Amino acid sequence: MSTVSEPLAPSAAARAVRVTRSRRRTWWLGLLALAGVAVLGFLPYVAFSSTTNLLVNVFILIIMASMWNLLAGYAGLVSVGQQAFIGLGAYSILIFAQHGVNPFLGLPLAVLVTAVIGVPAWWLVSRLRTAYFAIATWVIASVCYLLIVRFPSLGGGTGTEIPGALLTMNSNLRLAYTYWAALIVLVASVGGIYILLRSRIGLVLTAVRDDEIAARSSGGRVGRIQQIVFVVAAAGCGGAGALLAISQLNVEPTAAFSVLFSAQMIFATIIGGIGTIEGPIIGAIIFYALQQSLASHGAWYFIILGLVAIAVALWARRGLWGLLADRLNIRVFPVGYWLWPPGQGRRHATQDRTSPKPGSP
Amino acid sequence: MTWVNTIIQGVLLGGLYALFACGLSLLFGVMKVINLAHGDLAVVAAYVALGVITVTHVPALWSVVLVVPIFAVLGYVVQRTLIQSSLNRGPLNTLLVTFGLSIVIENALLQFLSANSHSIPGGTLVTASFNLGSQIQIAYLSLVIFVVAVAVLLGLQYFLSSSKHGRLIRAVADDPEAAQLAGADYRHVFGIAAAIAFATVALAGFAFGLYSQFDPTSGTDLLLFAFEAVVIGGLGSLWGTLAGGVILGVVQQIGAQINPQDQILAGQLVFLVVLVLLPQGITGQRRTA
Repeated sequence: MSTVSEPLAPSAAARAVRVTRSRRRTWWLGLLALAGVAVLGFLPYVAFSSTTNLLVNVFILIIMASMWNLLAGYAGLVSVGQQAFIGLGAYSILIFAQHGVNPFLGLPLAVLVTAVIGVPAWWLVSRLRTAYFAIATWVIASVCYLLIVRFPSLGGGTGTEIPGALLTMNSNLRLAYTYWAALIVLVASVGGIYILLRSRIGLVLTAVRDDEIAARSSGGRVGRIQQIVFVVAAAGCGGAGALLAISQLNVEPTAAFSVLFSAQMIFATIIGGIGTIEGPIIGAIIFYALQQSLASHGAWYFIILGLVAIAVALWARRGLWGLLADRLNIRVFPVGYWLWPPGQGRRHATQDRTSPKPGSP
Repeated sequence: MTWVNTIIQGVLLGGLYALFACGLSLLFGVMKVINLAHGDLAVVAAYVALGVITVTHVPALWSVVLVVPIFAVLGYVVQRTLIQSSLNRGPLNTLLVTFGLSIVIENALLQFLSANSHSIPGGTLVTASFNLGSQIQIAYLSLVIFVVAVAVLLGLQYFLSSSKHGRLIRAVADDPEAAQLAGADYRHVFGIAAAIAFATVALAGFAFGLYSQFDPTSGTDLLLFAFEAVVIGGLGSLWGTLAGGVILGVVQQIGAQINPQDQILAGQLVFLVVLVLLPQGITGQRRTA
């Protein structure tokens, strides 16, 4: 497999090799994505609020799954404790609201708060790998829950509603604002991850995925970059939690810190395709569709999606998008590179594979 | 005197945690696998024992005779199918598969058996206790669980160091490929290790069902306690696991003594402190995680 990091020794040959981000031109897919966002932005003017409410929940799941995918699919950090930051994001909204801050202004503050908390949390877990890392994050989530329920002013073990502006404002306006806030956080999350992965950070992460020791010895600041990824994922999940609190108008500690959030983001990412930006988006939509159709059957959708995720992890590791992208040769968010040898057509292009093999050493 | 009582209760509780932890420790030691469904399997064992008792009306302890072998067979089968195929695909996949299993088990229990909590009817064994002095009351059940835990750890230690299969397991744990070249089928040996681990999980789940109430969501806490005991004690040492369980039990009881709400929190804070200050655990063996 030929990658851009290979020495391209003779400079003449190097000049002749063309490097592109994708095999086909995909600018039209980018335009389509922008148009899609614009259409989604107009939706509150034309659609019923039941539709936009449903989309808010889909957006939140996409944000969470994308953040988990950034951690596990790109940085190799399998967290089972992202619900810590979801809960803390939700409770940040509550605390700000109790001090008279409008929740929609509290949203960016909540993102900031969870990012700041992500720094010491990273310090606790940074030396751990694989299962150790997973369970340590889980313990941190449990500690956050146990600390929060100690405060009667935050509703203790039963939770409380968000006071202030959300209750007094016009409900149609509130729903529209909630929808736009969710859309903004979604675009910022997916766009932010895309930019992050196309930067030097993405390059180092790819190098770590292929060979961590080689990446370290050629000067990649691996620990620093994993820290950045962890803090970004903490902030993103904090934003998702804040949106949940705003859309539900209350916070409830067992729900806010539930490990089922981890299950949702993991299953959605695995089914959609881990290690691609598109995968978690597709997975989240599938997850939500199934959740809606099985809502009256209690816990069934977790059972079914869990079994599907296990099957995908074992037998179709690149998920749905992995299968689609190979067949159709498209990338909506190209973060890898294609090499074009001099004087040859497109069929000779070789790819620096963007999809990691989950679990490869 | 209350504090002496607290510590004694904590030590006895630690026996239960060590019993939970030894299966986790064994699987990690042999295959470098942390089974995230560990706690949920214990809960399933408790439900199966409860079912056996309800249907056949045998005394509680007899159900162990049925449940433990069932889980040993289940462990072998799960290892040879799910875990082995995820092992072949790398450590991240093992985590995802066992986490998926954990969520599926928990929700299946919720779906079929409701969220109500149960306990295994153990009769006089559960309620009987004896006094040491005026303030220390020791429940027979706690003492029996502690003794069983120590016996299981002793048995495992003896099995691993002296028996033919135990030596095979250690050989495979050191280097599966070399063991394979020397004629050992490492998949079969992994299966045996998993069978033993699942049998201890079943025993621990049964003990937990006697000791306290359980419901479909109890598994999460049990997994975290077992893992904390393993990490506090230090990896790869069964006696470290017992020490880790006892430390966790004592810390939890002290936390509960200060404020009943703080039992679990105290244990988890101590776990995080150990993680930061003594990443190798208190037994301090230099093993890479």
